[in-house]
Amino acid sequence: MPAETGPTAEPTTGPTQTERWTPRRGATGRLLAAELRLVLGRRRNQVFVAGLGLVPALLGLMLYLTRDDPRTSEGPGFLTQATNNGVFLVVASLFMCLPFLLPLTVALATGDAVAGEASAGTLRYLLVLPVSRSRLLFAKAVGALALVAVAVGVVATVGLVVGAALFGLHDVVLLSGTTVPLAEGMLRVLGVVVYIGLSLTGLVVVGLFVSTLTEVPIAAMVATVVVAVVSTILDTLPALSAVHPYLLTHYWYGFAELLRLEVDWNTVGTGLGLQVAWVVVFGAFAWSRFTQSNISS
Amino acid sequence: MSDDLAVATRGLTKRFRSGQVAVDAIDLEVPRGAVYGFLGPNGSGKTTTIRMLLGLVRPTAGEVELLGRPMPQAAAQVLGPVGALVEGPAFQPYLTGRANLVRLDACDPSADPATRDARIDAALARVGLAAAGGKKFRQYSLGMKQRLGLAATLLRPRELMVLDEPTNGLDPQGTREVRTLVRELADEGTTVLVSSHLLAEIDQVCTHLGVMSTGRLVLQGGRADLAGQRPRRVEITTTAAHLPTARRVLAEQGLTDIRVPAVGPDIRVPAVGPDIRVPAVGPDIRVPAVGPDVRDDGAAGTATRLTAVLDGVATPAITKALVEAEVAVAALHVREPSLEEVFVELTGEGFDVAR
Repeated sequence: MPAETGPTAEPTTGPTQTERWTPRRGATGRLLAAELRLVLGRRRNQVFVAGLGLVPALLGLMLYLTRDDPRTSEGPGFLTQATNNGVFLVVASLFMCLPFLLPLTVALATGDAVAGEASAGTLRYLLVLPVSRSRLLFAKAVGALALVAVAVGVVATVGLVVGAALFGLHDVVLLSGTTVPLAEGMLRVLGVVVYIGLSLTGLVVVGLFVSTLTEVPIAAMVATVVVAVVSTILDTLPALSAVHPYLLTHYWYGFAELLRLEVDWNTVGTGLGLQVAWVVVFGAFAWSRFTQSNISS
Repeated sequence: MSDDLAVATRGLTKRFRSGQVAVDAIDLEVPRGAVYGFLGPNGSGKTTTIRMLLGLVRPTAGEVELLGRPMPQAAAQVLGPVGALVEGPAFQPYLTGRANLVRLDACDPSADPATRDARIDAALARVGLAAAGGKKFRQYSLGMKQRLGLAATLLRPRELMVLDEPTNGLDPQGTREVRTLVRELADEGTTVLVSSHLLAEIDQVCTHLGVMSTGRLVLQGGRADLAGQRPRRVEITTTAAHLPTARRVLAEQGLTDIRVPAVGPDIRVPAVGPDIRVPAVGPDIRVPAVGPDVRDDGAAGTATRLTAVLDGVATPAITKALVEAEVAVAALHVREPSLEEVFVELTGEGFDVAR
């Protein structure tokens, strides 16, 4: 600082002489904690997740009330299994949520993450704190993943509790017809829950990328759901079979492998590897976009 | 660029993709310790400039130095001691005012969590929000939102404050409080860059001024210097018959730029119309009463006025010469240069007018 530059020169002791401006220990931890509090503490998100928790409850109730109806056995395997064994209500509920409700959860989390902050104008105030753009994007990814994980966890937990109450927990009959003890069955179902959660990571990062493209959170949310839906549709077109293995949603239902006696780890590994690839590619897109964008909102 | 400057830009330019040049090669110079009034009509490029200073928007061309460090490269090191209010306050609407500050402070990498609560209390108290901290941001009035925005900048002692239209949405009392706050900050040694489209609101606290017009910095400098650059003019009210004589006398006395403004009962001093308030200015600059006596004479239809640049000629000498030449002098005023006039002349419009 200059000693004297005229009548307006700053006094030699400024207000910031004793203030520390270098990052303190645990800064990233505090950033992540603040983000988690923001995402998980938001009433709207809590209501949405609670609503997701209704899916296994209603599904269980519906199966319970119609358990004697012969048409019930015409549904997907997991559904009929659930009436025999409450453990399968977990799988059945996640199966029901996977095509639309879980992608919607991802969209809700990621749409708010960047576009929501931009739209509220809070993004500029975070950046001038300063929070580095890379770290902020990382925190946003963690926040979105946390919300999705909580959503999957709530569906699974409610499914297990409701399933146990209505149908009881028994030794598990696998898809291949073999019966395994309840403990192993539970472990396999836990594997299913984790696999489904990890299967959504690619979409989370795609959603995050979309979120960096716009200042309108609703637009980002719709676009993210559309990505999941279009991917599912493309996956059913035989003419596109060459690209099917690369589609974001192609291995989403690979969780069924975990319910066979001989788990095809190859399929499970490929499914998770595909998610890693989507995360890497779209993570790079999102990072490149976000670190260079003009924040004019 | 100099170390004495808290903010310095060189050829700073922003051209939007539409081709519109929002900021056109400006060289901003905000000395350390200054209170710099950044003025200009709405849409003149002030906010875009501020966004570039803070690294939010990438310049098309030119350089920015904040506290002696290049932006946006040094953003991580330099933005800590910079407090900013950019284009209005922005917080999560569903959180309380206090919870918003907690969140912001938790995200600040260099803030000490141990002192957070005390600092937040102090900041809320300083802007008069101590009682409203528990209220949801959504329920705040515009003025309260603005105050919370200021509180956020006050969470830590700053070396530089960048306040973009801090009085927006505030009532006259709030505006006065902001001025007091700016003065306090300046007394503490903080450099303040404060933008406004209303000269009168910030004129009183500024030591320096910069004026933007259609993306260009048309004027910049110390407040006293800027006013001093304008010539003092004398204005004489006489009769139409005496006008030629008066004109000759003034020329003989060495006055220059002698003009006869358009006559009419409704014409007063140009550029000081009913919509434009003459700001209360510093002790050295007097804005004399401009009018009723002149106007009353004008209403008679015979009076006419003559203005000329004084050029250091003493007014008693002029009066004496006029009287000796038997010119009927109805009134004689010395008009001190008004900043408002300078700005209106430079920006081509009144200050409240959006482009």
